[in-house]
Amino acid sequence: MIKFILGRLAYLIPTFIGITIVAFGFVRVLPGDPVLLMAGERGMTPEHYQDMMARLGFDRPVWQQYLEYLWRLLHGDFGNSIVTKQPVLHDFLTLFPATLELAFCAILIAIAIGLPVGVLAALKRGSWFDQVTMTVALVGYSMPIFWWGLLLIIFFSGILGWTPVSGRISLMYYFPTPTGFMLIDSLLSGQKGAFSSAASHLVLPAIVLATVPLAVIARQTRSAMLEVLGEDYVRTARAKGLTPSRVVGIHALRNAMIPVITTIGLQVGVLMAGAILTESIFSWPGIGKWMVDSISRRDYPVVQSGLLLIAGMVMIVNLVVDLLYGLINPRIRHR
Amino acid sequence: MKLRTTLMAASAVLAMLAGGVNAKTLVYCSEGSPEGFDPAPYTAGTTFDASSRTIYSRLVEFKDGETSLVPGLADSWTVSPDGLEYTFKLHPGVKFQTTDYFTPTRALNADDVIFSFDRQGNAKNTFNQYVPGISYEYYTSMGLDKTIKSIEKVDDLTVKFTLTAPNAPFLADLGMDFASIVSKEYADKLLADGKGADFNNNPVGTGPFTFVAYQKDAVIRYKANPDYFGTKPKIDDLVFAITTDAAVRAQKLKAGECQIMAYPAPADIEALKADPSLTVIDQAGLNVAYLAYNTLVKPFDDAKVRQALNMAIDKKAIIDAVFQGTGVVAKNPIPPTMWSYNNAVKDDAYDPAAAKKMLDAAGVKDLHMKIWAMPVQRPYMPNARRTAELMQADLAKVGVTVEIVSYEWGEYLKKSTAMDRDGAVILGWTGDNGDPDNFMNVLLSCQAAGEGGSNRAHWCDKDFSDLLSKAAATSDVAERTKLYEQAQVIFHEQAPWLAIDHSTVFMPMSKKVSGYVMNPLGTHAFGTVDIAE
Repeated sequence: MIKFILGRLAYLIPTFIGITIVAFGFVRVLPGDPVLLMAGERGMTPEHYQDMMARLGFDRPVWQQYLEYLWRLLHGDFGNSIVTKQPVLHDFLTLFPATLELAFCAILIAIAIGLPVGVLAALKRGSWFDQVTMTVALVGYSMPIFWWGLLLIIFFSGILGWTPVSGRISLMYYFPTPTGFMLIDSLLSGQKGAFSSAASHLVLPAIVLATVPLAVIARQTRSAMLEVLGEDYVRTARAKGLTPSRVVGIHALRNAMIPVITTIGLQVGVLMAGAILTESIFSWPGIGKWMVDSISRRDYPVVQSGLLLIAGMVMIVNLVVDLLYGLINPRIRHR
Repeated sequence: MKLRTTLMAASAVLAMLAGGVNAKTLVYCSEGSPEGFDPAPYTAGTTFDASSRTIYSRLVEFKDGETSLVPGLADSWTVSPDGLEYTFKLHPGVKFQTTDYFTPTRALNADDVIFSFDRQGNAKNTFNQYVPGISYEYYTSMGLDKTIKSIEKVDDLTVKFTLTAPNAPFLADLGMDFASIVSKEYADKLLADGKGADFNNNPVGTGPFTFVAYQKDAVIRYKANPDYFGTKPKIDDLVFAITTDAAVRAQKLKAGECQIMAYPAPADIEALKADPSLTVIDQAGLNVAYLAYNTLVKPFDDAKVRQALNMAIDKKAIIDAVFQGTGVVAKNPIPPTMWSYNNAVKDDAYDPAAAKKMLDAAGVKDLHMKIWAMPVQRPYMPNARRTAELMQADLAKVGVTVEIVSYEWGEYLKKSTAMDRDGAVILGWTGDNGDPDNFMNVLLSCQAAGEGGSNRAHWCDKDFSDLLSKAAATSDVAERTKLYEQAQVIFHEQAPWLAIDHSTVFMPMSKKVSGYVMNPLGTHAFGTVDIAE
């Protein structure tokens, strides 16, 4: 098992270097640069432009900038935003809990609904339930998030008035946020109604962000279950006279879970991508919104280090999933 | 940091309890996050709303809802007969805000004023690079680095600015956000503590509201400044709820999650007006959108050709289609609300037949041209692509084939300044300080015509530029008005642009809100606002 873990960790090094190159190159390949955007309609003389680029350190050859960036990274320095002047790591750590809280609730919704729906659809293959849920899942998978989020806001917040429109908690609450997770901090604050306010603010964005993973998990669970249900050992289990719930719950589901867990792990990347749009619609102060703002301002240090940190998180989650996979499936860790 | 946040929150809670439950809170749905809280290094209105317009004050201020200047931190000022010396008398006993992170020991004095400008213009000032790589874009672009020769302390409450040359718009520059007066005592303390960067995060000013806390990308909290030297704010707490999407801002306003919002989407305005709990006020924006020909390139170097093209485009149709009728057709390069606007100028009427004849007379046949459409929405232009399409259709009627091009915004701004640019470019301007010089000199003078400059027509008319220079050198407003009026006549004859429109700015708010005054310069201030319980 230790060899397996070390092997997985060794993979991370080239991946990490690859990500630094992609993240560093990505923002520089985009047309436009931060100084031009700062100048706006007013324009800027070529000399002043050069001076500004030099001040920000963008006048040197790109390879040189990259090596310096790598050198600073190895010393734990992720750089400072050229707009807010704040250290990138500080901003990331401030905003990340909000994204994590949202993503965690979203994946929880996706699993809590997706798994049972997938299992039921497989068991009742070809029934109206199967057909309806799988069609809905397909629609959910193809849903444009921005439109979907706005639609939910207009309906549930605007017309019905059931949920708040946006933000993380009602502005009447104001308390310290030691953990950065609003659900926990609101409980710690001891203020009456704070927790339910935080929870109600989370509902719509979590549903919007859960939509795509939910669809994928439901469909994946269904097909994995169908495959497993056709296996010999399931037939044997049935022939032994085991109760249907035991056959499905112990024999079939456990084996069907292997590809499903991989799928859930892969959804972390999807969640990060979805968070960008979801956070922008719901004014959710997380890293997705931060990235969008930074890209539009061509804030190079934030984009390159922010992407790296996000990719790092996704890598860690994938590693955990790989390890879990090994835990569930002995064949993998013994290979 | 965490301890401080905890203390700040605890003190805010105590303050709320002490202040009773009747604290009046106004929530403003703002459109974006501030870049920082020191106004000097930034140029964005969003940042100014959150910093200079709430926390800080200036020597002179723009009168509420107007662009004329009124006393601010300076009670009075005198200008020497040669126009080179400006002497300001400061309001006595102005206190800087007391916050959890700073308690001032003295009142505002001349040192603070000198420091506020010197830190921007003097690279040797110890606070100039309080964050490495910081630059003071507005100070430079308004030319103060060249205009100000020296700033002296005459006595504690008297400051004298000496200029290198007479410059009438200088006074208006001092009302701008970057000219906000900061505390030297606070800056010195931060520098001594090795915490210079906090200057941009934990602001201290003399404005109507005191900074309480900023939760990044989410909420900014202020409370009324009890020591404010002007009329005390009527509300107790001010909250900015940062909401980037215009449609979501509108929903929040309707749901009562905020009481006032910035920048509604043009498509939402009718629905907001129809809501019985809301009012929508509007004001002519201090802006202009234009189509700038490249006057260095044939056949656009011929004023007759430019005029003919202008006559072929139906500007009214653009206002109706792109602005839903909520704007004013432009004929001058400055908006009608600005002093010296020459209403006697008669706009070239939309007349395709006459335009065609003029083009024929100028020997222009089968003209192919490009029109550049901006990729972004700006206050003066909500949809440049649609505008370009309407122009394309109009010009087709006089035999001109138009190809519409666009680039990424940064590239667009840069490429559009190229001397050999192929095509006419749609762009615009929002005034910085309400002075006509800030439109005509910035956008149309010979000095602004070079590569990288803001004169996108590359139009250099010596008579026009001379009038502007003369106007800038005198502080006699009647004289200046005359000169600018003449300049507008030349602009009309020479037609370096098609002046398209001056847009209207809307501000939707709850009916509970009273006393809000729209600012023609586009910033948002809440010092005069009250809210019904």
